[in-house]
Formats: sequence, structure tokens, C-alpha cells
Amino acid sequence: MDIHEYQAKKILSNFGVNIPRGGIVYSPEDAENKAREIGGSKWVVKAQVHSGARGKAGGIIVCNSTLEVAQATDKLLGKKLVTNQTGPEGKIINRIYIEEATDIKKELYLGLVFDRSSECIMVVASTEGGMSVEEISQEKPETIIRSKIEAAVGMQEFQAREIAFGLGIDSKLISRAAEAIRGCYKAFSELDATMVEVNPLVISEQEQVLALDCKMSFDNNALFRRNQVSELRDKTQENPSEVYASDRGLNYVSLDGNIGNIINGAGLAMASMDMIKLAGGEPANFLDVGGGATPEKIVKAFRLIMMDKKVKVILVNIFAGINRCDWVAEGIVQALQKIEVNMPLVIRLAGTNVEKGNKILKESNLNYIEASTLEDAANKAVKALKELG
Amino acid sequence: MSVLIDKSTKIIVQGFTGKFGTFHAEEMIKYGSNVVGGVTPGKGGQKHLNLPVFNTVKDAVKNTGASASILFVHPAFAADSAMEAADAGIKTCVAITDGIPSHDMIKIKRYMRRYLRSQKMTLVGPNCAGVISPGKSMLGIMPGHIYKEGRVGIIGRSGTLGYEAAQQLKNLNIGVSTSVGIGGDPINGSSFRDILEKFEEDDETDAVLMIGEIGGPQEVNAGKFAKENMKKPVIAYIAGLTAPKGRVMGHAGAIVSAYGESATEKVEILKEYGVSISKNPSVMGETVKKALEK
Repeated sequence: MDIHEYQAKKILSNFGVNIPRGGIVYSPEDAENKAREIGGSKWVVKAQVHSGARGKAGGIIVCNSTLEVAQATDKLLGKKLVTNQTGPEGKIINRIYIEEATDIKKELYLGLVFDRSSECIMVVASTEGGMSVEEISQEKPETIIRSKIEAAVGMQEFQAREIAFGLGIDSKLISRAAEAIRGCYKAFSELDATMVEVNPLVISEQEQVLALDCKMSFDNNALFRRNQVSELRDKTQENPSEVYASDRGLNYVSLDGNIGNIINGAGLAMASMDMIKLAGGEPANFLDVGGGATPEKIVKAFRLIMMDKKVKVILVNIFAGINRCDWVAEGIVQALQKIEVNMPLVIRLAGTNVEKGNKILKESNLNYIEASTLEDAANKAVKALKELG
Repeated sequence: MSVLIDKSTKIIVQGFTGKFGTFHAEEMIKYGSNVVGGVTPGKGGQKHLNLPVFNTVKDAVKNTGASASILFVHPAFAADSAMEAADAGIKTCVAITDGIPSHDMIKIKRYMRRYLRSQKMTLVGPNCAGVISPGKSMLGIMPGHIYKEGRVGIIGRSGTLGYEAAQQLKNLNIGVSTSVGIGGDPINGSSFRDILEKFEEDDETDAVLMIGEIGGPQEVNAGKFAKENMKKPVIAYIAGLTAPKGRVMGHAGAIVSAYGESATEKVEILKEYGVSISKNPSVMGETVKKALEK
């Protein structure tokens, strides 16, 4: 789960990391008042969307008067911000963060992630703040510092110090920088984060160490014990079909193609999508209804796929084990009594009682195309699509 | 010998009296697995499925001599149960539970470092279908009858894609020595490499089919291991050719975040390591057959 910049900064601040003064607003009037409250003569108006690269997309505006703050807020609120991470549809701006401007002396990069090779928490830092970590690793790989943290004992002071010295931070600021780095680590480990990225972490002209921007992601599997985190979810920043799916216990990812998929199991779903691609088609989605493929889930899956206007053909691929094909077939027949599918439908059943399952489908008056193997199913789906013209 | 489990392996079920624990314990018993009891804290002394229930894994091991366990415990308590199994001297533990936090998985793996390699429990999973040695024993939730007894090892992340492979092999009259589901989580108990090592040592396995997917370094590490340490042929299929970068595809671990983690890149690297590649998921069986004929 992702959260907004202002939420991530609030968390960092609770873990002892300094952030510039700022506040969240929902209208130009609020914005003007907030700027006055913060004081000073220069502010930054920041669109709150779940994406990086907001600056390049025009979502971050520097203002020199409270009037400009109000105008910038008016310009951004309610608009969709399209960045190189949001896709062409962009993400809606519902919240604006007003922040005091910082006089930047030095911009640094600090990121924390799980390293799947060492199964440790890995700190990645660089002197090239402001660039994305991908850009840094391509253009300035020599500036990257990595430090593995043993989760059982946590980040030691010397490790934070080493990173700070590695970043070339002035000796008299080392302890402040180390404290900020440890604060980020604590937030990561104590809140079940999967990613904490402060980019940039800055040294200001006033010699403060400040988190100027922050992104955080959390482990969905741990939200049950992180109420304060799960409350921060903003569904307006997520794909509506994906929200609909996750609310109904379906694993769904929307894609660009036009062959809709209903499959049980994540691996089999990816494999079926691969087959579609190899057969010359493009999948419209990834959808895992769960290993059991219960009739309720299949009904929900058909509803979800039918909501996607791109879909021209539907491919159902179920490998039934303990749940048996005959039972799955009955579920499909029931689902299709409730939902009208006005497009070609290819069904491939495999596993336990496959003959019985196919017999039930055949005798049900259902208008569908039967397929035997994964390859056969994909070929038939692509063929049906081509016949539509 | 097959790997991890055989006919005589004594099995206990952790989370025995729950709905899933009960259902799958019955399935395992029907298959012929030697299930000797289970653990549900607070229900020690009772009987369930005509088998003894214990309060702790230690009690269960002491009284039954069990060496394997299967875990159907809620995600919030699963890490604790896995560590309890390790401490009680269980040799093989399969964690079926889906949804264990990654931070907890790191904790389990650090905890297990306290044991000597020779005494360390093999944790399989979580979020997996388990282990089956066809005709001998099933320590998992798979449909046992789709597996034919034979001499090919299978290691896979996904349950249903693993069943697909077993079915394709069966249709070609090829059997399986052991199939091990290592699960779809980013941090798991046993890696592809860990299980490859066991198959290489197993005199009843002739070749190994590895069913990988996008995300993480494990498939590539296993390929390197195969090239440097294995005599037996390794065949691989990698799912997720069409998966976009940075999106989680169902399995928490199925996300491309670095170079070498996409399906295309993994396939290229595995080829360089001499692994036979199944070009698509429909020909996993045929690719194994060809490798065996070589």
C-alpha cells in the first residue's frame, strides 16, 4: 500500500526526522491561510498524488506570495496529474500540501528496501539527490552506498554514521544526519514498510538535515497489525477496477490488451497471459480468483471483467484440484445465468473430473468455445478475437 | 529416497482443529500420509480425527516421534508456529499460510540461524501448495491423484501451475519423485537453489523441473548453482512474460523491480547457465521429456 508524501513526512517526523513546516489544504482559501500561518516569504505548493516525478509534471509550484499560493492551489486542485509513473490516465489531485521553501545547500538520496538476496533491509544512499534511483544507478553508480541492516538487532549507530560520512556530510552535522537515517530505519522496521525513500534528503543553508520529499510503501500482509497505517489508504489514487477487485477478494491487475482472463492461481494466471501473448493476442488483465475457484468468486470475476470496456473476448482457465471440475463447471453455469456475456467466451477446464465438468458445460446451453490445453485455449481466444474483425 | 518426505515420515498438523487443518489433514490421511497427530494450543489431551491433539509442538514430537509438520495457522501467528516447530526438532515444516508479513519471514530466518546446518529445520513456503512424494506421502494441499510416481523432481512457486506441470508429465507417462512448492512470497523458507541441492543428492531423481516467475533473484541463483554443482538436467519455465514492471502479479513476490527479474531476462540468464527452457507453459512436460531423452 502506498501513501501520500505529507503522510509519509508526518510519520518520519514522529520518528525524529526533521521536515520543513507545512500543512495539508483542500481549497485555495485554506492554502492562503496556511501559507500565512507557516510564515516566511516563499512557499512550495505540492500536489498530493501517489507518484514520483511530480515536479517535472507541473505538480510542484514555488510561490513568492500568499496570493500565488492560492492561485497555484486553484490551478492544481481537482486536476489529474500525469507523470511518467501514473500512466496516461494520470491521478486526481484532491489534496495540496503547502510547505515553507527550503534553502538547499546539498541534495542527497536515501532509500530503504528489502533486499531479497540477503534477506536483510538494505539502505541505498547517494550524493546525487533529486535524481531517481534508476537514473543514479545508470549515470552515477559510483556514488551509491549500500548498507545491509541485520533486522534482529536493528541499525547500529556506526552504520548510520558510516552512511553519513560516505555521503560527504560535514563533520559537525554527522550526528544530525545519522539521527535522520536511523529515524528512517525505525519507521521502516516498526511500521512494516517495504520501501521508504527520502529524495531528496537535504542539508539546508541553515545547516539543518531535512526530509524534503518522501515516499513510503507498506506490506499489505501486515496491515492487520498497523491500523494507523491502513487508515492512510487513499482509494482515489488507485485504479477503480483494482479497488473493486480488492474489495471483493480478487487479485486483479488491469492491463492494456483486449482478452479478459479469469484464472485460478497467480502462477497459472501469468502462464495463461504468456500463452495469449505467444498466440498473438494481448491480455486485458491479470485475474486470480484463488486456488479454490468458488462459484461466488467466479460470479464476481465475470462482473469485474464485464466492467472493462476494452475486453472483446473472455478466456476462463481453471485447473481444479480438490475442488473438482464438475463443481467449478456448475459455478460457471450459475454465474452465467446471472450475468450476460455478449462476447466470445473460451473455457478451458483441467484437473479432477475434467470430463464431467466439460459435460456439464456442454449440456447447459451455454454459448462458449471449449478448449483442452493452455495453448489451445489461447489460440482459440485469439482466433475468436480476429473473427470479430 | 525421495526428498524431504517418504512413506514413513511422521507428520503433525499445526492448526489441526481448524477448518482448513481438519479438511487437509483428512485429505493427507486418505492419500496415505502418516499423520500422527496435531497441535492446537489449549486443546491438548483431546482427540481429533481419532488422533491426539497436543498443546505444544514439543509435546507432539516427544509423544509421537514426528519429524514433519504442516502449518495452517493464521498469518498473525504463523511465524511463531514455524519457530516453535524449529525449536521442537521438526526436520521439515511446510507453511501453507498465505499472508505472513515479510518482516516476520526475516525474523524466522534469523531465528533459525541458531541451529547447526545438520540440525536446522527445512521450512517450505509460506503461501505454497506443499510437498508430495507421489505414492509415498503428501504434506500439502494438492490433489494427490494428479501426480504419477516417478523420477522427475518439481520445484515451483505456484500451486495450480505446478498441478498443470504434473498433469502434463502424467499425460506423457512421466512420473514425479517429489514436488516441492516453495511459495509465492518475496522471502520464503527454502529457495529454488536449496531444493535443487536436495534433488541433486537424491538417487531417485533423474531431472528437475523448475517453475519460476518474475521477481527476485532466486531463479537466477538456482541456475548458477545448477551449472556449477549439478550433473542432473534442469528444465525451467518462467511465468510472467506479459507482466508490467513494478506491479505485483498476485503473489506478493511476483514483482519486477530490478534488472534480471523479468521473465525474459531470467530466461536469457538461465539459458547461459545451460538450463533447458520450456518456451511456453503448454510444453513443460515435452521439454522435460526431451531433456530425459538426451
